Amino acid sequence: MAAGTGSGSTVSAIFSPVRFWLLLPSWVVIGFFLLVPVLLMLTYSFLTKEFRGGVIWEFSLASYDQFLFDRGLFGDEAPVIKWTYINIFIRSILQAFGATIFCLLIGFPTAYFIATRPIQSRTIWLFLITVPYWVNLLIRTVSMKFLIRDSGPLNELLLYIGLIDAPLHVINTNFAVQLGLFYSYLPFMVLPIYASVERYNFTFSEVASDLYASKVTILWEVILPVVKPGIIAGSILVFVPSLGAFLAPDLLGGAKTFMIGSLIEDQFKGNAGNWPFGAAASMILLSLVLVVLMFYVRAQNKDQT
Amino acid sequence: MTSAVSLHDVRKDFGSLTALSDVTLEIEDNEFFTLLGPSGCGKTTLLRMIAGFEGATAGTIRLFGDEIEHLPPNKRPVNTVFQNYAIFPHMNVAENIGFSLRMLGWTKLEIQTRVDEMVEMVKLGALVDRKPSQISGGQQQRVALARAMAPRPKVLLLDEPLSALDLKLRQEMRTELKRLQRDTGITFIFVTHDQEEALSMSDRIAVMSDGKVQQIGTPFEIYEHPNNRFIADFIGETNMLPSIIDTVEGFNLVCQLEGGQTLDALANCDNIPGATGVLSLRPERLSITKTEPTGKILKGELGDRVYLGTDTQFIVKLSAELNLKVRMQNSFFQGANYKTGDTVFVTIADGAARFLVD
Repeated sequence: MAAGTGSGSTVSAIFSPVRFWLLLPSWVVIGFFLLVPVLLMLTYSFLTKEFRGGVIWEFSLASYDQFLFDRGLFGDEAPVIKWTYINIFIRSILQAFGATIFCLLIGFPTAYFIATRPIQSRTIWLFLITVPYWVNLLIRTVSMKFLIRDSGPLNELLLYIGLIDAPLHVINTNFAVQLGLFYSYLPFMVLPIYASVERYNFTFSEVASDLYASKVTILWEVILPVVKPGIIAGSILVFVPSLGAFLAPDLLGGAKTFMIGSLIEDQFKGNAGNWPFGAAASMILLSLVLVVLMFYVRAQNKDQT
Repeated sequence: MTSAVSLHDVRKDFGSLTALSDVTLEIEDNEFFTLLGPSGCGKTTLLRMIAGFEGATAGTIRLFGDEIEHLPPNKRPVNTVFQNYAIFPHMNVAENIGFSLRMLGWTKLEIQTRVDEMVEMVKLGALVDRKPSQISGGQQQRVALARAMAPRPKVLLLDEPLSALDLKLRQEMRTELKRLQRDTGITFIFVTHDQEEALSMSDRIAVMSDGKVQQIGTPFEIYEHPNNRFIADFIGETNMLPSIIDTVEGFNLVCQLEGGQTLDALANCDNIPGATGVLSLRPERLSITKTEPTGKILKGELGDRVYLGTDTQFIVKLSAELNLKVRMQNSFFQGANYKTGDTVFVTIADGAARFLVD
């Protein structure tokens, strides 16, 4: 019976050469297309900028210095922090956070609704959720711009039915950016929550109700804690790309809502860019995202003990 | 004295499907009452209606005299132990047990005291800080029990709580449940498809099939005096010999078997001569011998046997189509002397034959 009851390690030892060759393509792809670019970016962020884009291979902290300080660490006088870029970061974080909350508020009920439909119709609902995403993001964002502009169909309709007297000014506001981000990333919220709620054992709700819990209490104390992994996964999947997004802020937000994504984009566009500075801004963004993910991992681990 | 739970003409339809009909039951206070029946008989639906998860299509449900039909589950002073326990995975054992008390607004100290009490009652001692994923199925069962009993319900509903446990643990929990019920004085309504469980624990049993209550009685009454063929067949094992009533004298009947032989039997309702039905003979109330004894006997040829440890079950072929199961205790019986193909005589214990109409 040794073969049947053998531990996992014995089995993997037998297959280890096979495992190595089977995993090799994944390692190559991940290494080449994920690790190398990050290392490249890290390197570039410490180089000196060349005038017309590109870099000079000369070590420099200028990019980070430019990002953080008006008067740098290496001068004679005390450093002065530069708020321009930090403010852009803070604004981006708030925008991404807002978009995440927006997605969560709409995404959770949607996912819950789909997960509680009869099993045959769930596929149809999920399919419908993904249909808009067959269209390119740029085109969808431009369409959104048309929909919400002052003389767009949304305002026309609201004016026509008499709900408003003057067109709602939505375009070029933070709200428009949130709306754009929400629309771009909603499925990333719905799908993980759906997966969690679908596995949720609805007997838990019955038990709680049997044990004198009201409907609201059941949602807060039983359903939400049990499906939390899905909510956290969805929030990360929305928050991270929202943080670096540039299409929605560019097209819907106008100049006032400049975000990190646009800032980085500009550094690599045309001749006016500054590659090391763009790389440094990217590295700072990456570190921010890593901090968020670390909180997530810690929260997950805490749950399991 | 009002009943703990009183059901009157209760009916439940799911669309065009009738799950329950004509259910009238009085369950007394302090009673261990069992709803017994095969799967799909409506017993769980009935339990869920008492708990408040399903509404009745017609009829009334009363709890200690009060109508509870309009109350949602969280307003009914009854609690349920669910079949798969459904222990909240994000709470430890103590938090699970104290959940209802928190909902009822007890103070921290009161909850702590009550949880300690429950933990001791179901013997969960050292496990209070564990998460459900860290304890065994049997322990989860105890948590589910403690959680449901913590708020001192007037009635505890148990939906096949033992079916997920292995045999040894199941037998242990039977005694345990019986003890808990006696000690707390809570009315237990226990749903099961396992007749052995029902017979060994219950004060009274309601046997159900096809959405109807077939018979209500003590385990003894149900087993010894089944009302109909379904019950005789479902509870324990029995032989059913087709027969016709010859003569009726009070509750004593003389019945004619297919071969023309007559046997004494007991009636279970108003039986009239000429009525057709079956004679129910419990295998353990029959015995076989090689020499012909006096009294009412059947003659046949010995067929296969099944060794069951304490007993051996023999098949006796009375005719080409008619087989009789006979169960002999191995303590005194020399089974080795009996060979397949031997001619044997079957003695029927007094009062063992019961006539059941078709």
